[in-house]
Amino acid sequence: MRASFDALTGELTKRLAPGEVFTAWFQGETSDFVRMNQGKVRQPGSVTQGSLFVDLIQGKRHAGGSLTISGEAAVDRERLAALVGSLRAALAHLPEDPFLLYHRSSSPTELVTDDVLPDAGEVTARVLDRARGLDFVGIYAAGRVYRGFASSFGQRNWFERSSFHLDFSLYLRADKAVKCAYAGQNWSDDAFLARLEKARADLDVIARPPKTIDPGSYRVYLAPAAVSEILTVLSWAGFGLKSHRTKQTPFLKMLSGEARLADAVTLSENTAQSTGPAFGAAGFMKPARVPLIEKGRYVGTLCSPRSAKEYGVDTNGARDDETPQALDFAPGSVPSGDVTARLDTGIFVNNLWYLNFSDRSAGRITGMTRFATLWVERGRIVAPLNVMRFDETIYRTLGENLLGLTEERDFILDNDTYGQRSTGCAWVPGALMSDMRFTL
Amino acid sequence: MLETIARRFEEILPKASDCTYCAARFVEQRSERIAVRQNVVQPLALDTDVGAMITVMHAGSYGYAATNDLSPNGLRTAVERARSWAAKVALRTVDYGKIVLPHPRGAYRSPIAKPWASLDLGDKIALLMEHSQRLKAHDDIVDWEAVLWRVETTTLFVTNGGGRVTQTIDYVAPRLSVTANRDTETQTRSTGVYDHSQQGGLVVLDRAQMHHFSELLPVEVMQLLTAPNCPSGPRDLVLMPDQMMLQIHESIGHPLELDRILGDERNYAGTSFVTLDMFGRYQYGSPLLDVTFDPVRGEQQASYAFDDDGVPAEKVYVIRGGILERPLGSAFSQARAGVAGTANARATSWNRPPIDRMANLNVESGTSSFDAILGGVEKGILMTTNCSWSIDDSRNKFQFGCEKGQLIENGKLGPIVKNPNYRGVSATFWRSLTAVGDASTLEVLAAPFCGKGEPNQVVNVGHASPVCRFDGIDVFGGE
Repeated sequence: MRASFDALTGELTKRLAPGEVFTAWFQGETSDFVRMNQGKVRQPGSVTQGSLFVDLIQGKRHAGGSLTISGEAAVDRERLAALVGSLRAALAHLPEDPFLLYHRSSSPTELVTDDVLPDAGEVTARVLDRARGLDFVGIYAAGRVYRGFASSFGQRNWFERSSFHLDFSLYLRADKAVKCAYAGQNWSDDAFLARLEKARADLDVIARPPKTIDPGSYRVYLAPAAVSEILTVLSWAGFGLKSHRTKQTPFLKMLSGEARLADAVTLSENTAQSTGPAFGAAGFMKPARVPLIEKGRYVGTLCSPRSAKEYGVDTNGARDDETPQALDFAPGSVPSGDVTARLDTGIFVNNLWYLNFSDRSAGRITGMTRFATLWVERGRIVAPLNVMRFDETIYRTLGENLLGLTEERDFILDNDTYGQRSTGCAWVPGALMSDMRFTL
Repeated sequence: MLETIARRFEEILPKASDCTYCAARFVEQRSERIAVRQNVVQPLALDTDVGAMITVMHAGSYGYAATNDLSPNGLRTAVERARSWAAKVALRTVDYGKIVLPHPRGAYRSPIAKPWASLDLGDKIALLMEHSQRLKAHDDIVDWEAVLWRVETTTLFVTNGGGRVTQTIDYVAPRLSVTANRDTETQTRSTGVYDHSQQGGLVVLDRAQMHHFSELLPVEVMQLLTAPNCPSGPRDLVLMPDQMMLQIHESIGHPLELDRILGDERNYAGTSFVTLDMFGRYQYGSPLLDVTFDPVRGEQQASYAFDDDGVPAEKVYVIRGGILERPLGSAFSQARAGVAGTANARATSWNRPPIDRMANLNVESGTSSFDAILGGVEKGILMTTNCSWSIDDSRNKFQFGCEKGQLIENGKLGPIVKNPNYRGVSATFWRSLTAVGDASTLEVLAAPFCGKGEPNQVVNVGHASPVCRFDGIDVFGGE
């Protein structure tokens, strides 16, 4: 991948006409994907892919496009020539872009880790052998991920890292299941087994007769994976400068001062400890940390180069969609071991599912409980709960109703594989709240 | 280029005597996205994605390898990798021994009434700029955008049993959106998430009524800004096609996917409240409900002649007279479940294996005129253009929201209301269907971003629907 990237960006430099500059972004992977169902392999396979996105710039005009890297030098040169030709032809029709902003100097970086993952076929065999007798369903995704940036100003950034993600569930019947994930850079049989045995033990609780509750308000503990789902939907438009300036953010009432979150809520983009690259598609380096919400109040946004130019502020290297890639939710002071006792009587939610806004301006979100959602009485887990729908504003869940956050957090590696494997991550605590509104 | 790739495929695919089944699927996808936001032309994107997937079934096992290297050596390596996977997991695989896939020959090309290239880039930008300027009709409008997106996908499918299919699917996806704000109230009106995408070239712009919407949407968004919240309580609910589309998608399409019913999706997209014993007898909806899987409706977005396993496409009923007839299940799922299904093995591109998907899933027209649908309502609400969707992992308990609501009192449309939402349960919701619009109310729409699968995949699907009415639905508004 690196050789193709270097060769193509070198070729691109040679092909520039006077007055032209370029920025180029590369993404690639060599991945194995093993899909499993009912303790058997459903679809095993491998994917090798790489794409180069080129922005060809003449003054304030620019046109962007991408090609797939084949790995064959002659083919790639031909594809690049065709792409540059198309972009030049397009430039003739394009007006000047008042919001074009790209990095005009060179800030080279390189992060290449030498992690070695075991053969995916061997991992699959070990996993399924250990899970024998269980209704095991999920995916093992593993391999190397590549990101690169180059510009005609001589900048070269390269990121290359291996990782794995085993995302699985153990099913008991119908929709009654325990969800689990094991991800990282170095596979350990012992670490996997510990998770599998915990999930197997949790099935005992799921096996009890399920409880159905009436719609209404209940005291709730949201485990980190459930809190992460709320952060994901908030990330759609909650933390970007553009959504703030165009009033489409779900934090609209917080911006106006009409509402706020609890003092315990502090969120930031933590690039310094991220599992992804610290550079963006326009060549800007991301700061180590971008504060977003501090003590329940808005303090900053993720700002793409384009938004920076449009709204006259400095960019912090955010992606075009201004979504967090390494969201850090500061921990609280509730020991995780105390949460069922502090919950007393209520709902222990391990996972939420399919969240969406029911009133975006008001920060109101609806969604479902999923997997092991448990009914707790006087600090003891009593029964699994049949799925319930909640519909509640963020100002209540993470505001006036928030009783505390756990002092331990989960480090959640993004398991998204749309198009390619994600490099995103998040640090998320659990959240205890005095009540949450369930509607169906 | 296709001929060169086809020859390479035929050279590198193992003989049937050596490998029970092997298929090579080449995909070249070219897309162009042009957008004008706030009267400023946005960065142009001209993207090309090319690669191939090799699929092997041998000795009851299965493996795949997707590669960007289309050289003979690159393809041979992919064949060996796919075979290696099939061998590695042979002792622990789902049984592929029962599946027999076809070796089809044929071709498909989208019917193009007006080629994309018949307007140059400058003309397309001028068109979008005109719409953008029309959308900014009031000082309170804080964001607006006009977008034109075109995707042309060429697929070459070759099997080691002599199968060879070429398909070129070409669709155009327009979108208009306008957002207004006053204090802490923000409202958006749009033409959905590329709802009006269709095959057919630039004629799609006429079908999508871009001029009508660029005039109407800013008026409606300003109305919404000062409108009261949708009231709460049971009401008769009239859904326009651009919300019916989502209702069909989430509470008929996904629950009928056979791979969900067989458990493949339980770790990600979810399971289904539908079980195998329901087919042929379950009362899914009222007797007015007829639903077809129709991948051969020429202009609709997800039309094709063969699915990605090479199975010939045909129109079939999945629900007729309200009775559930068959699932959305590909050849492989049909063999596992022992039920008849559909030609719906689809992959997002060359880098993902086919899984059970929707293609075009449509509610057939009924006999009621729009006025007759409203005329039967004493106290109701009409909702249009989906903006929020959420449903449980069994595809049963749902809550959906629309951009615009309009109250219906005694058969007449009344005041506009904002933040209209409704909730229900799939298993009972469709039985409350009391009127299905005639052909004059039908719209052929699409949802280009349906997510599912591990590894994750997005595919485009089409949904045609008339206006429909449901009685006694729980509706409510915002804060």
